[in-house]
Amino acid sequence: MNMKRTACLLSLGFVLLAGVGLHAQPPLSGRPAGGSSQRDTLRSIAQYFVPATKTAKAPDADGFIQRWLLLEPIVKQNRSNTVFTDSYLRKVFDTLYFPNQFTVLPKHGEKVNVSGRELTWHALDSKNFNVKLFRFAYGLNKPEYGVIFWAVTVVNCPQEIKNVRMAVGSNAASMWWLNGKETVLLSGDRRMVMDDCVSARLTLNKGRNIIRGVVINGPGMSDFCVRFLDEEGMPVKNISISCE
Amino acid sequence: MMKSNFKIQGTTVLLSLLFAATGMAQVGKPFIHDPSTIMECDGKYYTFGTGGGGLISQDGWTWNTGAVRPGGGAAPDAIKIGDRYLVVYGATGGGLGGGHNGKILTMWNKTLDPQAPDFKFSDPVVVAQSDGFEDNDAIDPGLLLDPTDGRLWCSYGTYFGFIRLVELDPKTGKRVEGNKALDIAIDCEATDLEYRDGWYYLLGTHGTCCDGANSTYNIVVGRSRKVTGPYLDNMGRDMLKGGGKMVVAAGRRVVGPGHFGRVILEDGVEKMSCHYEADLDQGGRSVLGIRPLLWKNGWPVAGDNFKEGTYEIESERRGYALELVVDFVRMAGGMRGFGRSEEPVKPVPSQELADVIDGWPKGNIGVRIGDYMFRPHQRWTITAVPEAGGYLGGPFYKIVIEGTERALAATAEAEVVSVPKFTGAPEQLWRIDQLTDGTYRIMPKVVPHSNEKLALVSAGDSTPTLAVFDMNSDNSKWNFR
Repeated sequence: MNMKRTACLLSLGFVLLAGVGLHAQPPLSGRPAGGSSQRDTLRSIAQYFVPATKTAKAPDADGFIQRWLLLEPIVKQNRSNTVFTDSYLRKVFDTLYFPNQFTVLPKHGEKVNVSGRELTWHALDSKNFNVKLFRFAYGLNKPEYGVIFWAVTVVNCPQEIKNVRMAVGSNAASMWWLNGKETVLLSGDRRMVMDDCVSARLTLNKGRNIIRGVVINGPGMSDFCVRFLDEEGMPVKNISISCE
Repeated sequence: MMKSNFKIQGTTVLLSLLFAATGMAQVGKPFIHDPSTIMECDGKYYTFGTGGGGLISQDGWTWNTGAVRPGGGAAPDAIKIGDRYLVVYGATGGGLGGGHNGKILTMWNKTLDPQAPDFKFSDPVVVAQSDGFEDNDAIDPGLLLDPTDGRLWCSYGTYFGFIRLVELDPKTGKRVEGNKALDIAIDCEATDLEYRDGWYYLLGTHGTCCDGANSTYNIVVGRSRKVTGPYLDNMGRDMLKGGGKMVVAAGRRVVGPGHFGRVILEDGVEKMSCHYEADLDQGGRSVLGIRPLLWKNGWPVAGDNFKEGTYEIESERRGYALELVVDFVRMAGGMRGFGRSEEPVKPVPSQELADVIDGWPKGNIGVRIGDYMFRPHQRWTITAVPEAGGYLGGPFYKIVIEGTERALAATAEAEVVSVPKFTGAPEQLWRIDQLTDGTYRIMPKVVPHSNEKLALVSAGDSTPTLAVFDMNSDNSKWNFR
């Protein structure tokens, strides 16, 4: 009831503050805080994602892959993330939730049925280096806690690249595959840290390569970030990302 | 008689074992979560915790409940500005699956002693807040008074979105008018800002809290040339991307260190405070931890509280070792020759106390520094003396020759000597602080007939004395090996 009123007052406050003489500030190195207030009545993913286009997308300046097909969350109740042991994760991630889940390259808007719930794939570009799954779920008015997210993307390589590593961070646990082969498992109650877990040396084939990932979380925010590192540990950027 | 002695000895051993076991955390009833930076006020130490209240210590080693902080809420911090204390805390909606509409509030007090007549907190003032939906939860504040320009900064936040930085007015404790919050980190909580040698440090707690012995809490750090960031770790990773270099993790039966605080006692002597999510020797409860703070290559790292044992006490000056002034007793053997020998190879026993002690004087024996040969007159057993109290972060110790009660003592002439029996006299009690470079300072509790605060110092390569501690001189530093 008071939320809208509070929001109005806050907005008014910002306007008023902007007009007064400001205390001398140092050059801003940190990022201005996103003060926007995503109200329950205005749920949206627009602050964090834009729809993916048909044009292939380069990774960002640090090599992070921002274009993904994301499936709306599968409900998997976990009141705590402390259960995410390696064996628990292998069992949960090996469970078949929808047909062809380890091979499908879905299309935007395609739907699957998981335990009687219809879930939709969304082809999106993250506005950030990471993919904020919590905001994806929240913005679509889906469950944010006690969830499993599936993500798929296509990495296009102009030529074969040997000895690269897939570098992943996720909140919480996750598992990843490249062209159908498991690359890395992030177990435990993790927070997302760039380059947290890195795969063994891999080869990116010339042409299409499919990355598939699954992230599980109980309470708290969910997100992930993925990039490839070359033999020198530098980000691989001579690739393009698409959803088909 | 025998039976009685056995019981007494057994009890003593048990107490010693218990004391040694709890050596990592503080003694008393140091139960707290999210302790604020330790403040000294009129000779006592204070720290506040989540839920209100906090701990008081007379000496910095024994802590008990008794500090008073109104407002409830979570994870406070405190700072002394001028002659007043500014306390900041968070009022939160619950975190994790709960609400994230938090508020950060500040309030002043002239004293932290609840018995003092002028003990009175000012009305709390909101300096930052989160609305429950944005990428921030206004909780877990930390304060920094920038020593370079006197500006006051407050970082706050938890895993729900960003750690943010706002500027406060050091005169009022209010938010600087027009100041806009900056995002400076993700994926941590209970942040704290520090400044040292041209660097600003952002310390955050990573991992899982509030799960007792299974809590994975640990403290990480990034640094920046500007208080506003970017805060990068040792690999160049921005804390806005989850970067962070480890400062302290679990170990030695304490689990889940979190909520960093820094205390600078003097040049080269710094302590860090935290809580351990679980002290396995104190029922797995959350307890206050105080340990040395070291700086290695420009990065803070937790030192280890001194561990009882038998050591060489090595002078950092030349590397010689503290020893009794007694005749050097040669071991059997000597030159074994380099030629071929059909003689079977057998271990040579070390020289034992019994081999030499009868030749030692019975009264006081002088102390010098010499080549370390792991001989009995060079081996010192160091144990805490629980009844002697302590200092910030540690108990007083006795230092005796291994297998004897012959104790190191300060003299009225500000020299050192060994006395034949440890009596518990204050000049036989020693304070041991790990210094910021990892070496140690060794100080007598008192120098007889003196108010001077002196430390064990190398006057020459082979000569110890007591003198004023100087962090810039290796004469003042020792190692335990």
